[in-house]
Amino acid sequence: MLEIVIRIALLCCSLAMLGLIYRVIKGPTVPDRVIALDAIGVNLVAVTALICIVLKSSAFLEIILLIGILAFIGTVAFAKYLEKGVIIERDNHR
Amino acid sequence: MTTIVNFIIGFLILAGALLFLIATFGVIRLPDVYTRNHAASKAATLGVMFVLLGTFLYFYSVEGHFNSRLILGIVFLFLTSPISGHLINRAAYNSGVKLWDQSVRDDLKEYHKKMQDDSSAD
Repeated sequence: MLEIVIRIALLCCSLAMLGLIYRVIKGPTVPDRVIALDAIGVNLVAVTALICIVLKSSAFLEIILLIGILAFIGTVAFAKYLEKGVIIERDNHR
Repeated sequence: MTTIVNFIIGFLILAGALLFLIATFGVIRLPDVYTRNHAASKAATLGVMFVLLGTFLYFYSVEGHFNSRLILGIVFLFLTSPISGHLINRAAYNSGVKLWDQSVRDDLKEYHKKMQDDSSAD
């Protein structure tokens, strides 16, 4: 029974990712696209966890942390780029 | 006992997946960036926490080992996902993305205008 539930959950996650990809393609502004890509990263974490259950292996659980950290860093960098035009500022005090 | 634990795991995972669907529905249907971000950052965060909690319970009950990486992942996503939502929303406001034309209240606009008046008075 748990296998069927996990299959259904994977289907739901895939449909959610398809809807977010629609928003990435169509989204009228850049922040829309960044929000959708961040949510796709969060979805990907859940898909990785579900696939770990399907394969009955705990070998891919580091990937969860890795995707979470990478999605956060990417979104922060993009937000800073949108706000200030640079990601890493030049040090003027030297 | 195993049946009850399996039921709880299935409930958590299904709840998480349904929250993902609801978040996507909000991201597609809502009218402007800020409301979309409201849907995406909250619902998707709670959904991924449910799914990771279900996975943790599965590995704890079926495989029998306590997996601390999943707990760390839950804590990390709970801390960082709202922060990234806040940052991208602030970047959207400061780069001049308009609110929905039927929204009635924008307190930040008055604040920005006051700050600009102060800086021009100096």
